[in-house]
Parts: sequence; structure tokens; C-alpha cells
Amino acid sequence: MADNSENIEKRPDPRRHPKPNTLASNEPPTTGHEWDGIREYDNPMPRWWVWIFIITIVWSVGYWVAYPAWPGIQSSTAGLLGYSSRANVATEIAEFEASNDQFFAQLVTTELDEIRDNDELQRFAVNAGGAVFRAQCSQCHGTGGAGVQASGFPNLLNDEWLWGGTMEDIHQTIRYGIRNEDHFDARWSEMPAFGRDGLLDDAEIDQVVNFVLSLSGADHDARLAALGQEHYEINCASCHMDDGSGDYFTGAPALNTQVWLYGGTPEAIRESIYNSRFGVMPGFADRLRDAEIRAVAAYVHQLGGGQ
Amino acid sequence: MWDYVKLAVLALVVVVAAIAASMARDIAYLVHMLVILLAAVITFVWIIRRVGEPVPAHNPNEYMDGPIRYGVIATALWGVVGFLVGVVIAFQLAWPQLNFEWAQGYLNFGRLRPLHTSAVIFAFGGNALIASAFYVVQRTSAARLWGGGLAWFVFWGYQVFIVMAATGYVLGSTQGNEYAEPEWLADLWLTIVWVAFLLVFMGTIIKRREPHIYVANWFYMAFIITVAMLHIVNNIAIPVSVFGSKSVPVWSGVQSAMIQWWYGHNAVGFFLTAGFLGMMYYFIPKQAERPVYSYKLSIMHFWALIFLYIWAGPHHLHYTALPDWAQTLGMTFSIMLWMPSWGGMINGLMTLSGAWDKLRTDPIIRMMVVAVGFYGMATFEGPMMSIKTVNSLSHYTDWTIGHVHSAALGWNGMITFGMLYYLVPKLWQREGLYSLRLVSWHFWLATIGIVLYAASMWVTGIMEGLMWREVDAQGFLVNSFADTVAAKFPMYVVRGLGGVLFLLGAVIMCYNLWKTVTSSGERKPAAAAVPAE
Repeated sequence: MADNSENIEKRPDPRRHPKPNTLASNEPPTTGHEWDGIREYDNPMPRWWVWIFIITIVWSVGYWVAYPAWPGIQSSTAGLLGYSSRANVATEIAEFEASNDQFFAQLVTTELDEIRDNDELQRFAVNAGGAVFRAQCSQCHGTGGAGVQASGFPNLLNDEWLWGGTMEDIHQTIRYGIRNEDHFDARWSEMPAFGRDGLLDDAEIDQVVNFVLSLSGADHDARLAALGQEHYEINCASCHMDDGSGDYFTGAPALNTQVWLYGGTPEAIRESIYNSRFGVMPGFADRLRDAEIRAVAAYVHQLGGGQ
Repeated sequence: MWDYVKLAVLALVVVVAAIAASMARDIAYLVHMLVILLAAVITFVWIIRRVGEPVPAHNPNEYMDGPIRYGVIATALWGVVGFLVGVVIAFQLAWPQLNFEWAQGYLNFGRLRPLHTSAVIFAFGGNALIASAFYVVQRTSAARLWGGGLAWFVFWGYQVFIVMAATGYVLGSTQGNEYAEPEWLADLWLTIVWVAFLLVFMGTIIKRREPHIYVANWFYMAFIITVAMLHIVNNIAIPVSVFGSKSVPVWSGVQSAMIQWWYGHNAVGFFLTAGFLGMMYYFIPKQAERPVYSYKLSIMHFWALIFLYIWAGPHHLHYTALPDWAQTLGMTFSIMLWMPSWGGMINGLMTLSGAWDKLRTDPIIRMMVVAVGFYGMATFEGPMMSIKTVNSLSHYTDWTIGHVHSAALGWNGMITFGMLYYLVPKLWQREGLYSLRLVSWHFWLATIGIVLYAASMWVTGIMEGLMWREVDAQGFLVNSFADTVAAKFPMYVVRGLGGVLFLLGAVIMCYNLWKTVTSSGERKPAAAAVPAE
């Protein structure tokens, strides 16, 4: 008996060496098939491979039990955990809403000018308004609010304003938009296209360009500027004012500062006079909640130039 | 007689195409009809010049390598075109100014992106698959391709499809389904070509002179049959007019999304995985001159892969309108797919056991091994990204782009390069390649290019995923979308550079293959179809 058991121990593991007679060649056996010189070893599948495969299957079955998984006619298996991705999102949103609700309510009831007197409310408004700004306004005004001069998107960081920089002004602009045909209360004005419509000839426009340049002390031709003053006073001063200080009521930009909506080069000014400009902004009254609009106004107001 | 039937049919095609072209309602349709017309005219002339000539008798023991030679050339050329367009759009993302004003509506990113994906997947990958399938099925069946000239029809028909798809994209004809952009006319044509491909392949298998079907052919078969099914179901649409390229899909809403990603994911699974595994199972044992590691593993992982892959599509639609149960199934089947995918990697790598020294001396083997390595990495990364929590970070980010490219450049690209280097000397009866040093150059350029590409996309993908989801204590988003775009700029430049290196490698390959064919060296006799002992 003892002899026998010793023999068994010496026998090679049958799984590793299915055909002991091939051991001599020190190579695993092949299946005996051959295609174009390609043969196949009859090696077993690696054990770790089999085990990990089984584990992933077992894990998946467990996951099906826990979560919604297999469809029926009307609905699917619900899973033991009662999971629902939609319900989860709704809950998450509701949690934030619940903690923010008191501030949103406060924003609507507080006078615009008094928001900043309440530190806590102001902090919230700037935070919330900043988030809305980055989602709704940054496409034109830039993420930091610096605007894009090449496209005439105003810079909101300085203290130059087209339609006024008080909380009330900013709020109205955001709420109803600029040259927005959808709303009666939208900001509206239109500068004539002096060149295109033949109100001024090319020489006269050159003179006006030089006069406008002189208003902010930029390089200009003094002789042409002097000639341009009269045209300016007749055609431009009613909105842009005699000294070029602009007018919030008509949205006429100030011309006596270094801040330019479309650029302060002679070419850019000439283009503005010749073809006029017609910058537009949508109104957000139908897109955002009242509280959000007020928050954005507070955010923009504190960016640097609020009045 | 048969020739006259063909001529009559072609003449009819010419007339119909001319009428349709004159009635065309849009430019893409007009161009497609002109392409069809031109192809039919050329074929007509080609046939009429040969009418009455004796049909050359083919020795049935001689392999039919003509379409394979053309396929190899097409693979290399379309590859370079596809990589070049990829480099262009990579730099367009880094510098939007490269969307030139004068090229708006033709060469802007939106038009070139599908051109790039289709060129690399369907033109480069598809030609590689068709050519290698024709080569492998003949060798491993010891039989000439079935169907006479049908294999030629498959090759040329497929090129016509590629031209129709590419011109359609540039001219704005698209269904807007990712990887299934061509409109109904090109879709119908591809269906015809694909059925011909299936017939040639199955016919050859059926008349094989080997007792068993080699594992590579199982994979090719699964690839051809499944792609036919996917293509047809995802493209069921009703043309608005027979004289216009626009059509309306019959699927709508979330069902349309589900079918699209059932298609899209299995385009990855059966086109880019199963088909290329077929390639791997032939060319690695041949180049390494070693037996396949494990027959059992190949059976198990084949059937597991085929069964599980088809379920995994919903993981492209996590956290969408798709019901939770479908998301669960998509995710769990992706997890279960991990080991079946790795079965191919194990069999590929372990086939080299006992021949590891070849990695030092044979850059082609090195390419194939790196391909299998990238395959393994990508098929681990894929299941990981399908896990919902991971996906909530990775989805819609550049991480997905990095994942796709580490697989496409690393696995599909490298194994195809290896196949081309193996095939060209064989097909043109040369002793060997023109230069192994250039293969080494190609190998290192491509590898470094892939590493730059994948690493930069991982970094930028995870970064933008984190930036998108960042909310402050009150639940407000911290970053604007433009902030994330600006933050990605340096990584976009690195990605473009990676693409340049990869493209450069492919250009070197084309030169090397060209010199291999044209430099006069010893010619070897063509191999004959003899069943293995």
C-alpha cells in the first residue's frame, strides 16, 4: 500500500500534462490540427482568467438583484435597493433648493439697492449670480466679464456703462435685453448709418472721426477735427452730448474716454459712423427666475463698475 | 453571353444615374450619382474591351491575391489620408482659426470630423479587414477565393462606398449618427457590397480543404455577419425623395439612441475587435512561427466575446433618458466582457512564449506585441469606464477620445502595420522588406505618438470632468464651459503632436513598402494552395 501511494505522488499533474507521452519533447501537446503551418497548443485556460471571469459574472448577477435590471412587459425588475437615477437627481436638486430657498425668497422681496446692505444675502447673490453668469452670459461677455471688443460685447469690469450702471439699470437690461424685439421694455435705440444712408459724405465722416478722436485726447488731425466739430454738433451731440460724455437714456456710449465698445482706431470709429452698429442682447425674463436675474444683477454690479 | 448581361446592366446603371443626377435635389446626391455613373462607365469600358477574349483559366490551387494586393495598397493610402485629416482636426481644436473662413461649410471641424473617423475606421480598417480576411481564409482553408471575380467587386465596390461617404461628409450629407453618418444611398450600396463580401468569405470556407475552420476565420465570420446586421438595423430610414440624399430614420427618441449605440458599440466590438482578432490569430503565429497558445482559451473567449459584446451598447447612454434597467445591463455586460476580451490578449502574448528573443530582432513582432498590449489596456479601460460612477466623470470628456485612440492607434493601427509588413513581401514575392531599420523608426514614432496622444487626453479628460462637476457648497457650478476649453489648450497641442508622430510613422511605412515592391530583388515563387499535413 505504501508503495502505491508513493507512485501516485510521482505521477505528473494530469491537468498540466494531459498526454504524458509528450513530456519528453518538453512541449505542451497540440490539438493535432494545422492550417498553413499554424498549430495550436492544447494548453488549459489560465486559472486566474477563469476565476476572474466567474467573479465578474457572479458580481453582475448580484448587481442585477440589487438594481433595476431585467425588463418585463410593462416595467423592469426594480432591484432590492430601490435605486432610481432620476429620483436621485431630483432629491439632490431638492436638497440644494431647500437650503437656498430662503435666500432666493429674500432676493425677490429685498429692494435691489438694499441687497448689498445685507452681507449674507449679498454673498449669496454674487455666488448664485456668478454661476448663472458663467452659464448664460459668459458666451459673449467672457467668463470674467471682460467682454470681446472685436464683436462689440461690452466689458463689464470697468465703470463705463451704455445703459447705466445702477442696480436698477443693470437689472432692467438683463431682464428685458437690448434691441430685443420680444419685449416692450427692452432697451432700444438706433444710430443712423451716416455713410451708408448718405447723411454725410466721406470727407465729412473723416472730419467727424478726427473730432471724435480728439474728444478722448487720442492722436488726431487737428485741422480735420476742427472741421468735424460742426457736423458732430448737428448729427451726433443730441445723443453723445457736446463733450462726448454719452447718454444712458439712449444707450449712447461715451466718446471722451479711452474705453471703446468696438475699438478706438480711426478705422473702427469710421466703420461705426459709416454703417452704424446694432448690438443686441436677449432678455432673460422668460429664461431665468426673478431671483436669478436679481442675483446676476448683483454679481455684475460688484464686478467693478457698479454705480 | 454573361458579358453582355453585365454590359446591359451597366448601361442601364449609367442611364439611370444620369437621369437621377439631372433631377438631383442637392449637391451631395448629384455628386454621388456622378460617382456611380463614372464607376459604371469605367467598368463598362473595361468589360467591353475584353468581350470575346478567352477567359484566363485559373489553377484552382493558385490563390487569388489580386484583390488582396489592391487592398493592401488601399489600406496604406487611406490610412495616411485618415491620419492626416485627424492631425488637421486635432489642430483645429487647438487653434480654431484653422477653420478657415474660405472653407466654411466644407473643411471646418464639423465636416472633417466624420471624414476622419470614417477614413480610419472604414477606409483604413475596413480595407485591412477585407484584404486580410481574403488572405487568411485562402491560406487557412487551402482554397482559392470563391466566386470568381466577386472578390474584385467587393474591393472596388467598397472603394466606391468610401468615396460616396467621404464626398457626402464634405458636402454636408449626413444622418448625424456617429460612425453611421452616410445617407441611405451609400448605405444601400454598402449593403450590397457587404453581402458580396459575406458570400466570397463563406463560399471559400465551405469549399475549404482543411477538416477544421481555423479560429481566425470564426472571428472574421462573426465580424462580417454582425456588421451586416448592425448596419441594416441602424440605417432603416425612409428617403425624403429618391432624388435627394436626405432620409428620415424610422427610429425616434430614446429608441433611436439605444439602437445607435447598440450599433456604435458593436462597430467597436465586431469591426475593430472581432475582425482584428481574426487578423491577430493568423499573423502573430505566422510571424512568431509558434503555435497558438491555447485552443481551449480561443473557443471560450470567442463565444463569450460574441455573446457578451452585443449587450454592452447602453453604457454609452448612462444617466440619460435611457431606462435604468438598460443602463444596468449595459454596464454589467461590459464588466463581464473584460476577461473574454483578455482571452485574445493572452493567446496573442503567450503564443510568443519560447520566442521572446524575437522581440529584440524583429520589429514586426514588436509591433504586433505592442498592438496586443494596447488591446489589453483598452479592453480593461473600457469595462472600467462603463461603471456608472466612473462614467459620470469620464462621459463626454476627452478621456473617451483618449480611450478610443489608445485602442484605435495602438491596437488596430499597430496590428494592421504588422500585417502590412508581413503581407507585402509575400504578396509581391519578395525575400523580405526593404528596410527593417525603417520599421523600427515607424515603431518608435507610432508608439511615442500614441503615448503622447493617450496621456494628454487622459489628463485633459479627467481635468474637464472634474471642472464640469465642480459645485460650491450651495450647489452652484464653479466653472463655465469656456473655462474648461481654455484649460485644455496645452493638452490639445500635445495631442496634435502625438498625431503628427503617428502620421510620420505611417508615411515612413508607405515609403518602405513602396521600396519593397519596386526595388528589384529576388522573387520567390508564389505559394500554392496545399492543405497542411
